[in-house]
Amino acid sequence: MRLVRFVAVRAGFVAVASLIGLFFVLPLLWLLTAPFNAQATLRVEWPSPFTLRNFGDVFRNSFAIRALFLNSILQAGGTMLGTAVIATLAAYALSRLQIRGRNVLVYLLVLFSSVVTGTAAMVPIFLLLYYLRLIDTHLGVILVLTGGLLPTGIFLMRDFVESVPRSYEESALVSGATPWQMFRDVVLPVLRPGMMVVAVWAFVNAWGNFLIPAILIRSPEKMPAPVAIYSFYTEGGTPVLTLISAYSLLYAIPVVVLYLFVNWRYGFRFFGGIKGGGR
Amino acid sequence: MAFLAPALLFIGVFLLFPFIWVLIISFTDTALTGPSAANPSFVGLENYYRLFNASRWMRAGEFGNALRNTLFFVLGSAILGQAPLGLAIALAFHRKKGLVRELVFSVATMAWILPDVAVAFAWIAFLDRDFGTLNAVLGAFGVKAIDWYFDKPLVAITLFNIWRGTAFSMLLFSAALGNIPPSYWETAEVAGANAWQRFRDIILPLILPHFLTDLILITLWTFNTFTPYLITGGGPFFRSETVSMYTYRVAFKFLEFGRGAAVAVVMMAINFVLATGYLLSLRRRRAWR
Repeated sequence: MRLVRFVAVRAGFVAVASLIGLFFVLPLLWLLTAPFNAQATLRVEWPSPFTLRNFGDVFRNSFAIRALFLNSILQAGGTMLGTAVIATLAAYALSRLQIRGRNVLVYLLVLFSSVVTGTAAMVPIFLLLYYLRLIDTHLGVILVLTGGLLPTGIFLMRDFVESVPRSYEESALVSGATPWQMFRDVVLPVLRPGMMVVAVWAFVNAWGNFLIPAILIRSPEKMPAPVAIYSFYTEGGTPVLTLISAYSLLYAIPVVVLYLFVNWRYGFRFFGGIKGGGR
Repeated sequence: MAFLAPALLFIGVFLLFPFIWVLIISFTDTALTGPSAANPSFVGLENYYRLFNASRWMRAGEFGNALRNTLFFVLGSAILGQAPLGLAIALAFHRKKGLVRELVFSVATMAWILPDVAVAFAWIAFLDRDFGTLNAVLGAFGVKAIDWYFDKPLVAITLFNIWRGTAFSMLLFSAALGNIPPSYWETAEVAGANAWQRFRDIILPLILPHFLTDLILITLWTFNTFTPYLITGGGPFFRSETVSMYTYRVAFKFLEFGRGAAVAVVMMAINFVLATGYLLSLRRRRAWR
């Protein structure tokens, strides 16, 4: 009886788990089949005839390739650098300064930033960049994305910073290092994994963002991939599914690779914030 | 400390300043085109009057309509969708390791982190009436083909957002569950507590603060998300237009920044009320350290 019960529970568990897994995987299948199909429709089907021509066609489109391999990388890379460096400095400073209520402060900023990266804040941000003459520049996109991602970046960095033993810093200072030397030679090496995590997270966010470049970038030669993909439409306004699916797949691959990398290197889980009961 | 300066500058210029400035703009007729473009003037509360004009505000394409859609969308996809589903997955795989867990967590996380545009096209295909996978699966159970875009656009984007965002709740809850000391489980098992008792007496009280944290974040994110626009465009006839899409349309399609700013202010006010509500209940439970 116990064996029957065990098997039944086990089977039920696998069934429910597969259902949940299917719910998440089914919508993505099209991105895996359509790019290899010479006559792609919206149906998920085994590619027939199987082809790599769609990718060839995408690569011959210099506008789309420039968007993906230059503009998107510039904008996401710049945001990644800015967020990782500034968040690290700020998280470190916050942890070493004794400010009352700083946890609440960071938490409030995180909440706040979720509002401000949405459409609501795009009105003043657009005007701000307009007056700063940063509309239609890579820098403008990078600055806005960095500003929006910073609070969460600081939040993520907090636990890593707390894990740096203070005795290291003290002995460095005692042996005559300047605070900057101490930070560079003692603290930074310990913080490297944390910076990696924040950098990857910022890159993925900036890479996938549609709204901000869609509003801020005007000229075709500066458009990143998520905006450029809308050029794969016929003049009648119907999407060219072969090209769109192939381009989407190319555009999604870096995110998959980064996920696999982080999962393998550090284990994809939550950093910062969740420790002991509450914050 | 000088280390803080760059962060303060960024947060000041790109977070705090826009917040204040948008208030000021909302009292003007700032626009990018037309006569008021060069010289915006103060119009008082006119933008707000237009927003809340009672005679037409529930009509298609008006603010009330967008607000109602948003309410459905946030309730359905964040509060009734993502949070319970995320908790269920976290509980199901709690203290389990292995391939099944790895696979489910990975695909759910993929759904969460893949680029907006890529998942939007995938979902356009998934929801298609004639060729879409969703109708194919439902058809296998004898359900007639549903035209998601025309008949159920709001349900479609709600479903999409559950799919898109559940990973966050799942990861948060599984981290929270992982922090419950194993000795609690052992004690409960020795005492002979069944699964429901364990859930009610051990898990629930310990993860409640996390539940509130989760709700506050996913509510705000869902409220402000723009990605569903890439699937339905707010249509047909504004039936799936949320407040965030409405703002976009007014400000960046019509280029009426004054009006757009007024919507943004109302949106931020709603966010503020929601966040304060949650924070107060968190505080009452002494979740702050």
